[in-house]
Amino acid sequence: MSEATPTSNEVVYLDNVVAVLGEFPALAGAHLSVSRGEIVLLQGPNGAGKTSLLRVCAGLLPVERGTARVLGIDLTTQRDQVRSRVGLLGHQNGLYMDLTVRQNIAFWGSMVGATDSEISSAMSRMNLDGRLADVRASKLSAGQRRRCALASLVVRRAELWLLDEPHAGLDAAGRDELDSLLRDAVKAGATVVLASHELDRATTLASRIVHVDGGVVS
Amino acid sequence: MSSRLRIARAVARKDLAVEWSSRVVINQVAPFAGVVMVMFAFALDNDGILQRVAPGLVWLATLFSMLVVVQRAFAVESADGALDSLRVAGVDPGAIFLGKSIALMVQLFAMQLLLLGCAVVLYNVNMSGVGFLEAIVTLVAATCGLGFVGTLYGGLAAGVRGRETLLPLLLLPVVAPVLIGATRSLEAAFGSAGTATSDGWPWIGLLAVFAVLFGAVGTVAFGPLVDE
Repeated sequence: MSEATPTSNEVVYLDNVVAVLGEFPALAGAHLSVSRGEIVLLQGPNGAGKTSLLRVCAGLLPVERGTARVLGIDLTTQRDQVRSRVGLLGHQNGLYMDLTVRQNIAFWGSMVGATDSEISSAMSRMNLDGRLADVRASKLSAGQRRRCALASLVVRRAELWLLDEPHAGLDAAGRDELDSLLRDAVKAGATVVLASHELDRATTLASRIVHVDGGVVS
Repeated sequence: MSSRLRIARAVARKDLAVEWSSRVVINQVAPFAGVVMVMFAFALDNDGILQRVAPGLVWLATLFSMLVVVQRAFAVESADGALDSLRVAGVDPGAIFLGKSIALMVQLFAMQLLLLGCAVVLYNVNMSGVGFLEAIVTLVAATCGLGFVGTLYGGLAAGVRGRETLLPLLLLPVVAPVLIGATRSLEAAFGSAGTATSDGWPWIGLLAVFAVLFGAVGTVAFGPLVDE
């Protein structure tokens, strides 16, 4: 288990973090440090604590013990404040199926007061402009819905992207496209932490691989 | 414009855009409400009785239809985890509550106008000018209360297994004061059984108090309820 040390460029800093889910320990002394612009991949078996780690970073799961900071915000005392700066994408995409791609992204943009040009830019970055813009979410493929969800993170100006199994449900082309989009997002200033079982993806996409097992990060 | 009002307006616009796109209320709920009014007419089959009970029938049809609209309003939120995403993103739950309530009120108000028209046509209800004004004020006050309560209990039931059957059990007893107040007020507006239009205003006051109370409670309680 490696000890994390804080740096000026840190986006995530967890030191000996313990978190509990119901009556069960979800994280048992986790150490993790993620710097700005990194793509960190969490790997481990089912139930290892990957999703719990993401939820702690998103401010959803309270920290019982230890030191936890995300984007400089102390999660033990101010975890609600981190939510608006972090984008957590789980197994669902959070889309409205009866709305078009443009309407979905514009809705998320309106949550942060984004301008029309910011909305168009987010759609363009995720290759959702043109013909797809006016297609209802219910008519999109799984990969296109994923792109739409990622565009909502862009338009929300999320600084830290926490992605839980983002490749799930995508075909090979969709996975390649997602990896390309994540690299583009990092170039634009985002930091990405993702949980995945995709070993082959890890070597090509992630700048660092972190193993999680039994709620312990190593 | 404050952040809460901006987000509430965006949520309301989004819900109305979802309805405009899917046309569930227009194509399914409104015809259902109309059919309920016709069925009441078949069941009672007497002009005198229908005129006497028309206000209650209007509100019963409204409440039945509202259950469908509320369930629909939260089904679109849970279909792909959108409400969860809003909460995870730290969006002000009070603003979500207000936005969804406003969208629900707009849909309910449109439906109540339809039902009022049905009552006039099917039940031979007559109204004076003052009575018509009182009926509209009643619709507005009752719609505000129903919108707030519907959103609060719709959010509460949204994450629960068996929500389709749970929602009516939770919601109908709570809206009993609206049913009573709105029926009495509409009786005065219609002049049913010789009631004067002035008799309706105290009941409208009750409806307004109910709306303010549940608007305040919902704005505070919606977040914790949805999170649980």
